[in-house]
Amino acid sequence: MSDFPRWKYALVVIVLLLGIVYALPNVFPPQPAVQISGNRGATVDAALKTKVQDILATAKTPASAIDVDAKTSRLLARFATADAQTKASDALRTTLGESYTVALNQASTVPGWLQSINAFSMPLGLDLQGGVHFLMEVDQGAVVDAQETRYADDIRALLREKKVSYDAVNRNARGQGVSVVLRTDADRQSAATLIATDYPELTVADGTATGNRFILNAVIKPAKLRELSQSMITQNLTTLRQRVNALGVSEPLIQQQGANQIVVELAGVQDTAEAKKIIGAVATLQYRAGLYTPQQAADAARSGSVPPDAKLYYGREGRPYLLSKTIIATGDELTSAVSGRDQQNGTPNVSVSLNSAGARKMQDFTNGNVGKPMAVLYITRTTETKMVDGKEVKTPKITEEVINYANISSPFGKQFSTNGLPSDSEASELALLLRGGSLAVPIDIVGESVIGPSLGADNIDKGFKAVMLGLGLVLVAAAIYYKLFGLVADIALFFNLVLLIAVMSMIHVTLTMPGIAGIVLTLGMAIDANVLICERIREELRNGSSPLAAIRTGYDKAWATILDANVTHLLAALGLMTMGSGPIKGFGVTLFIGILTSMFTSVTVTHAITALIHGGRKLKTLSV
Amino acid sequence: MEIFNHNSNFNFLGLRRFSIGLAILLMIGSIGLILTKGFNYGQDFVGGVAVEVEYQSPIDPADVRSALEKSGLENPLVQAVGGTRDFTIRMQPKDDKNSVALTGDEAAAKVAGDVVAALKVTRPDVIQKSRSFVGPQVGEELRSDGVVAVAFVIIGIMGYLWLRFEWRFAVAALATEIHDVLVTLGIFAITQRDFDLTVLASVLAVVGYSINDKVVVFDRVRELFRASRNATPEEVLNRSINSTLSRTIITSLFTGITMAALFFIGGPVVHGFAITMLIGILVGTLSSIFVASPILLWLGVSKKDLMPRSKEDPELERRP
Repeated sequence: MSDFPRWKYALVVIVLLLGIVYALPNVFPPQPAVQISGNRGATVDAALKTKVQDILATAKTPASAIDVDAKTSRLLARFATADAQTKASDALRTTLGESYTVALNQASTVPGWLQSINAFSMPLGLDLQGGVHFLMEVDQGAVVDAQETRYADDIRALLREKKVSYDAVNRNARGQGVSVVLRTDADRQSAATLIATDYPELTVADGTATGNRFILNAVIKPAKLRELSQSMITQNLTTLRQRVNALGVSEPLIQQQGANQIVVELAGVQDTAEAKKIIGAVATLQYRAGLYTPQQAADAARSGSVPPDAKLYYGREGRPYLLSKTIIATGDELTSAVSGRDQQNGTPNVSVSLNSAGARKMQDFTNGNVGKPMAVLYITRTTETKMVDGKEVKTPKITEEVINYANISSPFGKQFSTNGLPSDSEASELALLLRGGSLAVPIDIVGESVIGPSLGADNIDKGFKAVMLGLGLVLVAAAIYYKLFGLVADIALFFNLVLLIAVMSMIHVTLTMPGIAGIVLTLGMAIDANVLICERIREELRNGSSPLAAIRTGYDKAWATILDANVTHLLAALGLMTMGSGPIKGFGVTLFIGILTSMFTSVTVTHAITALIHGGRKLKTLSV
Repeated sequence: MEIFNHNSNFNFLGLRRFSIGLAILLMIGSIGLILTKGFNYGQDFVGGVAVEVEYQSPIDPADVRSALEKSGLENPLVQAVGGTRDFTIRMQPKDDKNSVALTGDEAAAKVAGDVVAALKVTRPDVIQKSRSFVGPQVGEELRSDGVVAVAFVIIGIMGYLWLRFEWRFAVAALATEIHDVLVTLGIFAITQRDFDLTVLASVLAVVGYSINDKVVVFDRVRELFRASRNATPEEVLNRSINSTLSRTIITSLFTGITMAALFFIGGPVVHGFAITMLIGILVGTLSSIFVASPILLWLGVSKKDLMPRSKEDPELERRP
């Protein structure tokens, strides 16, 4: 059959088979589950499994299955209903205490062979499974405030150090930078040179000059401000991820949206107050001297007898440290922390700068303590609100962790670095933590929503029914109107749905309600290509073409039109995708993929089937 | 089965004064409505608090409203969603006197709590299904993003048509697109349906659908111009509309069927989306038939503009 080459048949068969395989996981609904992971070296093993079983038996919510994953050291208990899941997680959380993190989870029921070829079901959006959604925004004004205050301090220190006499260094109105008042024009020139060399991120310009007041203005360059606000976002994303883990959500969505927003979606959570407490926590850090030997620290941790001049703290992995009670410097004195590589030996490091106040204290301390250890203590403060006798009682909850412990190699002040970190990723994590604790990054919650779990289930149900009804109606209408060719188009339309779901699953598009609307719309519009083809074939037949020639010309002529029509439609879908915001993006992505898959199914697949039916036969009429 | 007489040769272009006049009237009317009545912007755009509640047994929306007002919650917007048991209540935080001391998300949480508490006073069988809060600045950004997206799409489509066809087609498409969008928006202004983010998205989807429709007609116009010997532009345009007529209407019907399915059983979340699409499909189909081609005629489309430029574009040369 010259009309339709063999390789195209092969392509159609392969693509459809792949489509079926990768769409298949969506048939297996996820199961409510509770995931338990160990903190501070607490082990997840068979003993824990027995313990969990006992707790669940006491709480009268037995799990349908409990698996221990040794590789990721996690325990997963599956439940029949969401109700049992909630009850069980409450029971487990109170009984297991702080050494374990108990998280609500949706366990996949996709068979192992599908998972092994990376076939997973589509993740469901919050509107389909319930949960809380936060939209947060970095307060640009506060970022500018913090930076301008910092530069004012730094310029003052710089001028003092270089012995340039000045009258005042003050902040202008927000965003207008810092103004330096000097006494002579010569002073102004040298100050300008000094500032420009030390702080290339500032634009320095002469202001007014009256009598003995020579004003110099230093304004932060817009590029620097953008960079700062981006680094605030990155830093917030990291700290949020760490904190949300503590909240007990197994797969939180935390991502940047636009230039200065962060979206946080926590599936399964219903209590916004609880969630806000965690994500709104304030972190600070303190530099303290390390005292005694590691052995003594371990002994103190075991016996509980801590020397009077020290306090016992723990590191992230649970290692004990004895630290001095005196604080050397605090986080608000830290101006930057950047990870990188040591210039001499190439090991990962973090370079830290302090402001002038912090630098002075650091200099005093390090001068007398070379060779001794110094630690960084990371403190997170959250407030817990409890109802006591009908009144709200707020109690602060403080967690303290040693995030770095290193020896002082030589005296330092304003600039220093922590060298010899085990890996680049640890260096960048330390830098992020340092920055996170350096100043309370002003970030506001500008939007939030809570979607009840029943609403989610309801939406899935309605969405599924709408897809099925829409599909069914079009299938029937096409079959009636175009007879055999309509049936062929129906097969193609069905496969279009399969392929669309397969592609969405493969690239992990989160399925949302607008996404479902996009699927329904795609189904309605995908049939358009077949309408075009069938109408063309009818026309060719009317013009007296033979059936086979009519099919050939029909497909040829319709293809040009289909291409033009679909390219313009793709442009519209692209516009929707760029509209940024979550749900609309989901709709645009679905439409975009749907147009592409429909071009394949409506043209290539139907052509293959038509050629298979009509090829090689002498035909008098066509059923179209 | 065929619904349309394939030999039909209705003189659509003969109606052009009437159809274009009507289109212009509709556009002016829509602009007037949008300017005077404006849109009933949804929570996505104006911000505020929205609480979705469900009652065990039916209740009159007026009772819901009065229950809220009795508890000192002013200007609540009560909307029934799909039935007499589910309602969405929208409020601005400032209308709850108890939340004046609070700001931002804290005020929002307080308002949502107050709403549910107020409803429980009169009817204890009410439960909160979801609640959300959108800050006022968010909507602002969304609206400007939306306008940029619509502009981006229209310019992109025009550019493509200019390259693939000719500038007259790009201009005709732009003019009808503006007509379609304006009339669809005009219907939103007159019915005062909630205008939210999904509706904005579906306005873009309407642009996509309607341009698809026009391109099919334009494609035929180009083909017939090239094939014709000495037919007048008016004859060619008329024949193009007539021979694509059955496809235009059948596709609209098929897409309309699916959107109707979505409208009737997809639930309140996609209501706005489905209704916009249904309106857009109707407007877009009519403008494909009655508006786009007369504009082409007035712009002076002719056979010589559409002959393949063989030296410049070998791809076009192969085309009929």
